[in-house]
Amino acid sequence: MSTEEQKDLELKNAEKPEPAISRRYFLAGAACVSAATAVSLSPLLNAEEVPSTDDFIQKHYKQLSDEDKKEIFAKLEARIDKQYGVTATISDPQPIEGVEFAYVLNLGRCIGCRKCVYACMEENNQSRSPQKQYIRVLKMKQGTVNLETSSHDYPEKEASSEDHFYMPVACQQCREPKCIEVCPVKATWKEKDGIVVVDYNWCIGCRYCEAACPYHARRFNFAKPQIPTEDLNPDMGYLSNRPRYMGVMEKCTFCLHKTRRGEYPACMEVCPTGSRKFGNLRDPKSEVRKIIEQERVFVLKQEAGTLPKFYYTFAK
Amino acid sequence: MNKGSPGVISDLAKTILIGNRTYALWMFALIALSLLGLNAFSRQLAHGLYTTGMGDEVSWGLYISNFAFLVGMAAAAVMMVIPAYIFKDEEIHKVVIFTELWAIAALIMCLLFVTADIGRPDRLWHMFPVIGVFNWPMSMLTWDVLVLNGYLFLNLYVCGYVLYKKYKGQKLVARHYVPIVFLAIAWAPLIHTITAFLFQGLAARPFWHSGLIAPRFLASAFSAGPAFIILVFKIMEYFKCCTIHKDVIAKIRIIVTVSLLVNLLLFGSELFTELYSGSEHSIHLSFLLGFHGKSVLAPWIWSAVVLNIIAAIILLLPVRENPRFLNVACVMIVVGIWVEKGLGFVISGFIPTPLGDFVQYQPSLNELTVCFGILAFGLLIYTALLKIAVPIINGQLCHRKNDN
Repeated sequence: MSTEEQKDLELKNAEKPEPAISRRYFLAGAACVSAATAVSLSPLLNAEEVPSTDDFIQKHYKQLSDEDKKEIFAKLEARIDKQYGVTATISDPQPIEGVEFAYVLNLGRCIGCRKCVYACMEENNQSRSPQKQYIRVLKMKQGTVNLETSSHDYPEKEASSEDHFYMPVACQQCREPKCIEVCPVKATWKEKDGIVVVDYNWCIGCRYCEAACPYHARRFNFAKPQIPTEDLNPDMGYLSNRPRYMGVMEKCTFCLHKTRRGEYPACMEVCPTGSRKFGNLRDPKSEVRKIIEQERVFVLKQEAGTLPKFYYTFAK
Repeated sequence: MNKGSPGVISDLAKTILIGNRTYALWMFALIALSLLGLNAFSRQLAHGLYTTGMGDEVSWGLYISNFAFLVGMAAAAVMMVIPAYIFKDEEIHKVVIFTELWAIAALIMCLLFVTADIGRPDRLWHMFPVIGVFNWPMSMLTWDVLVLNGYLFLNLYVCGYVLYKKYKGQKLVARHYVPIVFLAIAWAPLIHTITAFLFQGLAARPFWHSGLIAPRFLASAFSAGPAFIILVFKIMEYFKCCTIHKDVIAKIRIIVTVSLLVNLLLFGSELFTELYSGSEHSIHLSFLLGFHGKSVLAPWIWSAVVLNIIAAIILLLPVRENPRFLNVACVMIVVGIWVEKGLGFVISGFIPTPLGDFVQYQPSLNELTVCFGILAFGLLIYTALLKIAVPIINGQLCHRKNDN
């Protein structure tokens, strides 16, 4: 069609004397589209989690004053009371001067019973449905440390097999954590005592940190976390085991609400074989320090350049 | 832009709303699909990303795949802009605006796909400078936000300026927009390079951790994007929207051919390095190709490779002059590269996990609906933009006529 013809056609269109009808059509069309949009949005009425205005405008953890924190903790406690009927206390223990936590795990002793996995889940109020676990125990063939041939979902009766060894892996609390670098909003950071934490109220849920972690240590709440009331641990830390939201990241925090008070992390307390050792790396007399100095230890995926503070050893 | 001239808005509205039966049906279908997508997205907002097929093992899926693909489609507009503005190709210059408009639509889809992927879209403001916390320059994601929005803005400015001036029947003042065009030319490869850096900077994922990713992204984008533009031009010609000079298609075809060959070369180079060495790192690729146990991705990636190779053969043979063969080749390239980049690149990076767990990913129906909704919405925007741009460029829609 030439330009001339097109112009003719357009003039013809323009001459059609039907502005009123086209307006009526237009209004009807607009009404239909608006109604369809409203219907499309209707699933939002059943939203499982709707942030309150306070939640929405809450600032980054590091920008909160002590007053703000007090108010927020009280509000959270009230909300937990309402939702679960449990009187919880939310604490916010700060890193202790001169303390840097480290973990040592003796692969020569671990029998792969996965007691640590469940103790961790109970201590840290992870979602039970769908189940979130911070620790993953790899069943490895003797004579290799090839992760790709390891078994992740071995049945319970396959624990303590003679021709295998077991390697529990959780957050390695790296000195150079890649997860922190990639976070677009600094919702995750390394504390002074070396623990990498997440602000559950600041995370936008992009999961870039999950992609960047070489240890598959981060967990995302794809669904709204579900915990039966009787399973809720009321001793909560703001940056560790308080109930999480839908759509945010979480991870192992070395049970900071316990360890910063001088207790041991739950995984270590429950271990029946004594494979797990936890302590202050900066204290020359600490058990972990002695093991690292005296035993032959290694870190997982050294080539990733993450400098973990989680050491493995094959001791008797 | 609409300074005291209600005529502009009513002109534009009329142009978009009034069309023939085919146009009405097409727009109706796109609106319906977009709304279905919106419905699925609402369901996802209500019940979380659990409604998708993603999990802690494969934590990015079709959303990020489409995102990576569409960033390339947006960047590809530059392959028309360069001949138009740098080599002063008259014929391409006449139609270059249609590709710049495509960049706008593609970028809007990119931003929607990222929003769909985020667990807490209500917290997106945490990313805004000043009121939020912006981890720049450490996080590549913040770089991506800057370059994508910047590129969107540049294209909006150039298209808005050119169309408005033409609509008003005024002369284009080169210094008011050509510098921006040149800035956009420099900017375009940046958006795709930075999107590649987002992946290739992660040592945790050996499959992505390769210096070849950014060049591969560019090569595949510069072949799929212009191939798509050829198809758009063919469709526009078919519906007699405008006449596209034969040389334009021929020139774009050369760009597509060269880029496709470079892409195949880079892919082959990567294939050789990984498979010949047989190191532990090659596990992702050998799994992807189906050499290491059952992989649901294998049939997809093999079809993508075959599609790209057949397309390359068509483009190298004289049969390429036959419009039908050219169309088929272009469709093959767009589909092949979508599979290669999305399923073949993004998703395979997660299989196996860094701890060696092989978990397959299958998108859910809800997730697919969101994807189709966003794609339909992008096409809706592109069609609407073209519906305005075509008559303005052809000189049929202008302000003076309205005054009469």
